[in-house]
Amino acid sequence: MPERVDFWGITAPWGPAAIYTFLGLATLILVVRFVLVASRWRRIGRPLRRTDRPLVRLGRLIQYYLAQARVLSQTYPGLMHVLIFWSMLVFFLGTVLATIHSHVFRFLTGNVYLIYKLVLDLSVPLFLVGVGMAAYRRYVQKPQRLTLSGKFTWSLVILTLVVMLGPIVESFRLAITRPAWAGWSPVGWLIAQLWINSGMSTAAMQSGHLTSYILHLLAVGVLFITAPAGTLLHVATSGLNIFFSRLERPLGQLAPIPLTDKNEYLYADRLENLTWKQLLDADSCTECGRCQDACPAYAAGRPLSPKQLILSLRDALDAHGRNGKPLVGGWISDEVLWSCTTCAACVQECPVLIDHLDTIVDLRRYLVSEGRVDEILQNALVSLSRYGNSFGLSERARTRWTQTLPQPVKDARREEVDYLWFVGDYASFNATVIETTRLVAAVFQKAGLDFGILYEAERNAGNDVRRVGEEGLFEMLVEKNSAALKKCKFNAIVTTDPHTYNTLRHEYPKEVLDGRPVWHYAQVLDELIRSGRLKLTKKLGYPVTYHDPCYLGRYNQVYEAPRRVIAAAGCELVEMPRCRERSFCCNAGGGQIWMKEGEMRERPSENRIREAAQLQGVSVFVVACPKDLTMYQDAVKTTALEGRMAVKDLIELVYEAL
Amino acid sequence: MKTLVLIQMVPDLVEELIVDRDGTRLDSYNTHWVINEFDDFALEQAVLLKERQGGEVIVVAPAMEGVEDVLFTAAAKGADLLIRLNGDFEGEVNNHSLARQFFPFITQLKPDLILTGVSAHHRHDGALGALIAALADLPYIGYVAGVTVTDGKAVARKEYPGGIICEMEVQLPAVLGIQSPDTPPRYVPISKIRQAMKTAQIEEQEAGGADLSGGVAISRLIQPQASGHAVMLEGDLDQIAEKLVAIFKEQGVL
Amino acid sequence: MSGEIYVLIEHLQGQVLDISYILLAQARELAGNDAQVTAILLGHQAQALTAELAADEVFYYDHPLLETFTAEAYWKVLAGLLEERKPRLMLFGETTIGSETAGGLSMRLGLPLVSHCQKIVRDGAVLRWVSQLFAGKMLAEGDLPEGTALVTMQPGAFKPEQGKSRQSPKITPQPPADLSGLRTSVKQIIQPSGEDVDITRLDVLVSVGRGIQQKENIELAQALAESLNTVLAGSRPVVDQGWLPVSRLVGKSGKAVKPKLYLALGISGAPEHVEALGNVEMIVAINTDPNAPIFNLARFGATVDALDLLPVLSEKVQQAKGG
Repeated sequence: MPERVDFWGITAPWGPAAIYTFLGLATLILVVRFVLVASRWRRIGRPLRRTDRPLVRLGRLIQYYLAQARVLSQTYPGLMHVLIFWSMLVFFLGTVLATIHSHVFRFLTGNVYLIYKLVLDLSVPLFLVGVGMAAYRRYVQKPQRLTLSGKFTWSLVILTLVVMLGPIVESFRLAITRPAWAGWSPVGWLIAQLWINSGMSTAAMQSGHLTSYILHLLAVGVLFITAPAGTLLHVATSGLNIFFSRLERPLGQLAPIPLTDKNEYLYADRLENLTWKQLLDADSCTECGRCQDACPAYAAGRPLSPKQLILSLRDALDAHGRNGKPLVGGWISDEVLWSCTTCAACVQECPVLIDHLDTIVDLRRYLVSEGRVDEILQNALVSLSRYGNSFGLSERARTRWTQTLPQPVKDARREEVDYLWFVGDYASFNATVIETTRLVAAVFQKAGLDFGILYEAERNAGNDVRRVGEEGLFEMLVEKNSAALKKCKFNAIVTTDPHTYNTLRHEYPKEVLDGRPVWHYAQVLDELIRSGRLKLTKKLGYPVTYHDPCYLGRYNQVYEAPRRVIAAAGCELVEMPRCRERSFCCNAGGGQIWMKEGEMRERPSENRIREAAQLQGVSVFVVACPKDLTMYQDAVKTTALEGRMAVKDLIELVYEAL
Repeated sequence: MKTLVLIQMVPDLVEELIVDRDGTRLDSYNTHWVINEFDDFALEQAVLLKERQGGEVIVVAPAMEGVEDVLFTAAAKGADLLIRLNGDFEGEVNNHSLARQFFPFITQLKPDLILTGVSAHHRHDGALGALIAALADLPYIGYVAGVTVTDGKAVARKEYPGGIICEMEVQLPAVLGIQSPDTPPRYVPISKIRQAMKTAQIEEQEAGGADLSGGVAISRLIQPQASGHAVMLEGDLDQIAEKLVAIFKEQGVL
Repeated sequence: MSGEIYVLIEHLQGQVLDISYILLAQARELAGNDAQVTAILLGHQAQALTAELAADEVFYYDHPLLETFTAEAYWKVLAGLLEERKPRLMLFGETTIGSETAGGLSMRLGLPLVSHCQKIVRDGAVLRWVSQLFAGKMLAEGDLPEGTALVTMQPGAFKPEQGKSRQSPKITPQPPADLSGLRTSVKQIIQPSGEDVDITRLDVLVSVGRGIQQKENIELAQALAESLNTVLAGSRPVVDQGWLPVSRLVGKSGKAVKPKLYLALGISGAPEHVEALGNVEMIVAINTDPNAPIFNLARFGATVDALDLLPVLSEKVQQAKGG
């Protein structure tokens, strides 16, 4: 009758006690070391409540930790890691079940036992395949985003040792006992043939068993003791990081600057002013580098690497109390922080749900509070505070684009409107974009949409002002816009600018919106077309590709509406290789468009246009954001692809198809 | 060291300038007032000096629309005392009358150094700094781009054409007309200004009557009629570039 | 008009500055045949500076402490002169010397002062002045009151040549001034580093202003300058930011230039810049603002964005060169 025998081969009566003591000690050391690491977060960092909605958090843990959802977004490394992680889970569970069987309830008998053995055994080759893939990837392929380090090698070695010793121990036992059901431990039984065929004596096999058992035990002990200091720390921290990840606000909503008890602003100039969760982020990083691969600033050769940023935070944390280097300007340079476009590709990619962006904005807030901004950004901010736009133009110039329209646009300040069109700075002031804005007005009018604008009362909505770290200016802009909006009667807000869309939707006071929706014009166009109010009579018939704007797609998951509009215009959509949530930022966001253009290897916008040019037969690049329009039109010129690729706003397709 | 900074508000040139019905001055109601850029530089220079060697920075500005923002911003930058001069500054004013209204602060406060912008584009009766220096019988150096102070003396870099600098020394108290500060003005975040609004106090003083003598009245304020105007080139970028190349060739430079 | 017109002669390191000749020309035109034009020269062993002055007479004050300008010294000397002689008019440059001299004298002596003046014309017995306000966006006009008036002037319509004479004027040395107790002194005069090219000698200049927006765009303009075999110059904002060295500054505190062609990119045409362009043969201006004052001075212009135009123009120039 198949049954698990406890401590088979351990003949000494003090054996089990010794084993438990040893493992207990090793576990104790593991726990103590881990607590030493973990206690730093709450000891150094400031408080933050992340224990709300435990069931949702548990759900995340299952989705991202157990089911490895993000890890699996890339095939090779996903498979590789899953093989290692799930097999390790199986081994761990196996030991847990064995312990329960020993001391609580003897259930590892009969078929249960056989399945148990089979699963455990088969997990070994799976594990080895995973390790093989990992070793190949890190030592042979050597992708740029992965660091080659002794710590990683150690982790791989110790894990492999632990895992390999398991079937070896088993093989000796099977060689001695030779049960009828030995085939249910195929790996162990295969290795056992070695001993059987070698003609080893039973005594030798018993010796082999004991030796390998002790080695296995020691290896486990070493694994436990070294885990918290090495790369395997992430086994624990990743789970914690996922559990305590952000639920209280969506990606597109930043938190206000925290206040001290004395009602003073608390700036992130040192680790103590970051939350304990931000410090946990630093310790959770697995150094996988997916964020770095996705980062447009990094791709352009700018100093920012989201991975290095988090690791710098970790270095600062490790050196805390011993090193006087300032956090900002020391561990993390000003330039690194100013390179970010806030596109959130890093946040999107991270398998352990690290929130790089929140930290970057917090550190930027500190820089702004110290006046550490370059002259161009300074001019933009001063202009924004004086005139409500970054162009240094009078507020009256905002509405010049309406002057040549055949039909006047309603003044939402004076008349009730169905849709209040929040036009946005670039759409109002930039010569190229103004043409698009006029088309939007024309199409809205053609569809009989009842809309109006705020005219001179409109100010920059503040999305990027906030993300640059000028929270005070953001608040001021919100106040001014809110005051203007409160006086108006409307049912919904529509805007052509995804940045404006994001901040109005998530960051403006609830009482201003009062439950009314904020739409991106792609959504409004989609609805107008579907309801028949806007009739597209022509089918354009040429293939196009579409660039998902960061703040519309990745931030707000609006992917289908623009695609439906493209289809309605009769264009076949050929997806960009990096599309939807993987879309590659044009580099205008996060205030980049207001800053000195840094040293670059290749502009992200040029990189993107070249990516589009690889698509056979596609010569139209469709955008749905005013900054994208200007950035990509420039990029087409600077990459000399003018005959090859044309940049069109979504509205141009609609207008052509009218 | 006590530094007094004299600030003027000037019309914002980004906005359209509209002449009043009587045709002799701007329509004040439709004029948007901002801090005179050179006075902003003077303030920055004063704060830099304070950061280097301690002391106090006092700012005086005439009461006009937007002056509170200017004063609170000055506080956020590091000014210690803010004084708003109450009076009618949108009616008949010139630099001479303003100098006379600022003068009591020099006798009252006895500053070591008085800084103001080298010029302001809305007046045609000379540089405020020179006027007030003469009134207070103090030495004056204008077009200053850089100041250091040691032992009761200021060393000022006075700009001449062609990039030539005349380094001059003057015993304090003295008046300096600032062209540019040692380093460009730093950014002041709005949150600091808002904080200053809560914590800083603006002292109010009544200005003496306006004595305009020394200035000369404007009989007409007009948009300049250009004696000529450029021939404007039309077309797209290619066409304009081609026309320019033709012009260059004709001019003999290509 | 009758009486005297005084012109303060500005000089530095043994050179008379151009503005003084320009003012002499203006004074001459106003004086006509009725009034006397007297140059007022304060200096030390500086008689040679009077060589080309187109004045009827020079009042010359010599003192070691007058070798280089200080407002304090000039106020002391000129206050005495003006109180004693009471000329109809004294002209000063709207400059680093003239502005503060006139200001101090106006306040000290209670004399009316008009600054930023572009021209003074005679209208019968009345002297009418026209000044620039608001960075050149508006002109103010008025009459000079009776008695002695002080005026600080921009270069305006006159050229330095018009204020020069081959006959040096009569020099009348003045009694020594009491310059004891001066609180201002000159430490040293610092020349800009002479390593750079002298833009006043170039036939073509490509000049950039605020419209160039950021340092990185300077390269674009640089490419055009190179294709035209010249260098980049700039207005004050560009030099203040450090994007071009001071040796390239065109304007009041920089250099006055006289090329055959001056291509002004993203320059608005503020007076401080434009006063240095009096001798330019042809100005071509590119500025997105159709109301920019530069267009009043330029022969040709276009309201496109200089940043958009630059690459296209550079290419066309290269093509025209046969490249």
